[in-house]
Amino acid sequence: MSNAKMIQSDISSVLTLQEMAEIDHELEHIPYKSGAAIDALKIVQAGRGWVSDESLQAIAKYLDMSAEELEGVATFYNLIYRRPVGEKVILFCDSVSCWISGCDSIKQTISDTLGIDYGETTEDNRYTLLPVPCLGACDRAPVMMVGDDLVTHLDDNKISEIFASSKAGDQS
Amino acid sequence: MEKVLTRNIEPGKAPTDMAAYEANGGYQGLRKAMSGMSPLECREVVSASNLRGRGGAGFPTGMKWSFVPMDDKCTPGHKYLVCNADEMEPGAFKDRLLMEYDPHQLIEGMILSAYCIGADLSYIFIRGEYVVAIERLRQALVECYAKGYLGDNILGSGFKLDMYVHPSAGRYICGEETALINALEGKRANPRAKPPFPQVSGLWGRPTIVNNVETLCNIPHIIERGAEWFKSLGVGEDAGTKIFGVSGRVKTPGCWELPMGTPIREILENYAGGMQDGLQLKGFLPGGGSTDFLTQEHLDLAMDYNVISKAGSRMGTGTMIILDDQTCPVGMVLNLIRFFAHESCGFCTPCRDGLPWTRQVLEEIEQGRGKTEDLDTLEYQINYIGAIGNTHCALAPGAMEPLQSALKYFREDFERHISGSCCPYHSGKGA
Repeated sequence: MSNAKMIQSDISSVLTLQEMAEIDHELEHIPYKSGAAIDALKIVQAGRGWVSDESLQAIAKYLDMSAEELEGVATFYNLIYRRPVGEKVILFCDSVSCWISGCDSIKQTISDTLGIDYGETTEDNRYTLLPVPCLGACDRAPVMMVGDDLVTHLDDNKISEIFASSKAGDQS
Repeated sequence: MEKVLTRNIEPGKAPTDMAAYEANGGYQGLRKAMSGMSPLECREVVSASNLRGRGGAGFPTGMKWSFVPMDDKCTPGHKYLVCNADEMEPGAFKDRLLMEYDPHQLIEGMILSAYCIGADLSYIFIRGEYVVAIERLRQALVECYAKGYLGDNILGSGFKLDMYVHPSAGRYICGEETALINALEGKRANPRAKPPFPQVSGLWGRPTIVNNVETLCNIPHIIERGAEWFKSLGVGEDAGTKIFGVSGRVKTPGCWELPMGTPIREILENYAGGMQDGLQLKGFLPGGGSTDFLTQEHLDLAMDYNVISKAGSRMGTGTMIILDDQTCPVGMVLNLIRFFAHESCGFCTPCRDGLPWTRQVLEEIEQGRGKTEDLDTLEYQINYIGAIGNTHCALAPGAMEPLQSALKYFREDFERHISGSCCPYHSGKGA
């Protein structure tokens, strides 16, 4: 993060009133402001999809902590996105039970269908593909999440159905 | 067998709300405790029940609680009860069931546990991906406040407790209790040095208990029906029931509540339906991705903590992962080591560097570029980063468990990869 070059923008010009109200709500049961760091990152991300440098600096300032420290927190966690993501994030489980059940070939089908690999977003900005630690649905493997929805018993047909309108190369 | 933890959970049945939970005897444990049992009396019942932690380590719950300073031995301030609902062990899927389908059972268990240790604030630290469970728990908390089961002066007892659902931002290491506490404090989830133990100095430096979901779900029943009843549920050495699970290529993967001490063979054959047609059992991890492989010869062992330990593994979460004879054991171990290497918090060198090194060696072997001396490198890693004390926490030693036991039971498979310069399974799943 090139924070040295970033202008320390006024918090209120970056964070919305609602975001600040939600962060304040978390702070009601947290004794130190920095204790709400992860909550604040999640609150901002919920509305914006990701956490930009500008957002990160504003949150850090709001919580009286250094941007560097907050960056260390933000990049530690799998579900805080420091780069833009698509409208829905595909959290693809590649842990052991899904692997035994053939998730590698399912992942290949997703990549072929959407034209993206891990960490990439489709051109129409609808999906970002990410691996995720075991999703805790091993009896229904292979599984993934698309946005908030858990999709189980994956096979190639199911992948085609789910992503029917978002095929790689489609110019829709 | 009497269903305890899953008495409200049946396939196709809607999740229980307050009305349904109470209609089936819910909150009777809480009512019993609030109308005349002291925290110490409640704690003594839990200690006498021999309940052991269901999150993986199997530490006696009553003993864990006994280290929390009580009354005038505790400096003024908050005490915390935290539910570890960060289910992320590869192959574990039991807590999701308990939270999604019977959220009030967990909450009643937490209220009682908080009462036992004198906590006034409690958190359900749950992985962010469990969106359905998060929603249902939040709804259940609203119902509890409306009923007077949470808040000031619970059921007129004078006991005060607030409870929050805290969705995590995701990392496996958050399941380690001191890492979880750091995450709750808004920090990177690096585990803390122990001592001090959380019971004395945990969240915000205050006494804190962290218990697993399934552990806490047992508490209302133990308080309501007593220690002797709970002990009588087990069919082996250990007390109570357990949610056992099976995943992998069996006929009917799933999880079921069974008595502690149920033989492995019964779980695999009667409940998981045996192996899928055309497949043979080659081995299994009895309690999740960080437990040692066991094999055919162990099928008649009872799923009890000490029995599984004596066989060289751990009961862990009680959710087994099955390796069949057409899945590559090297590939399976590589998948697990990749997971642990990715999830290392990076704090200590043996784990941060040792796990990726181990992964690289396994990749070479799986892809047919392995050399005989690579097996020595793996042995070296097992002895070095697998030893408790060489690493900051138990993540890397846990990661070595499936590897060391795979080398013990399936060494021929590693050697065939090296001598044949390819993966003999050609399953299309490898590397």
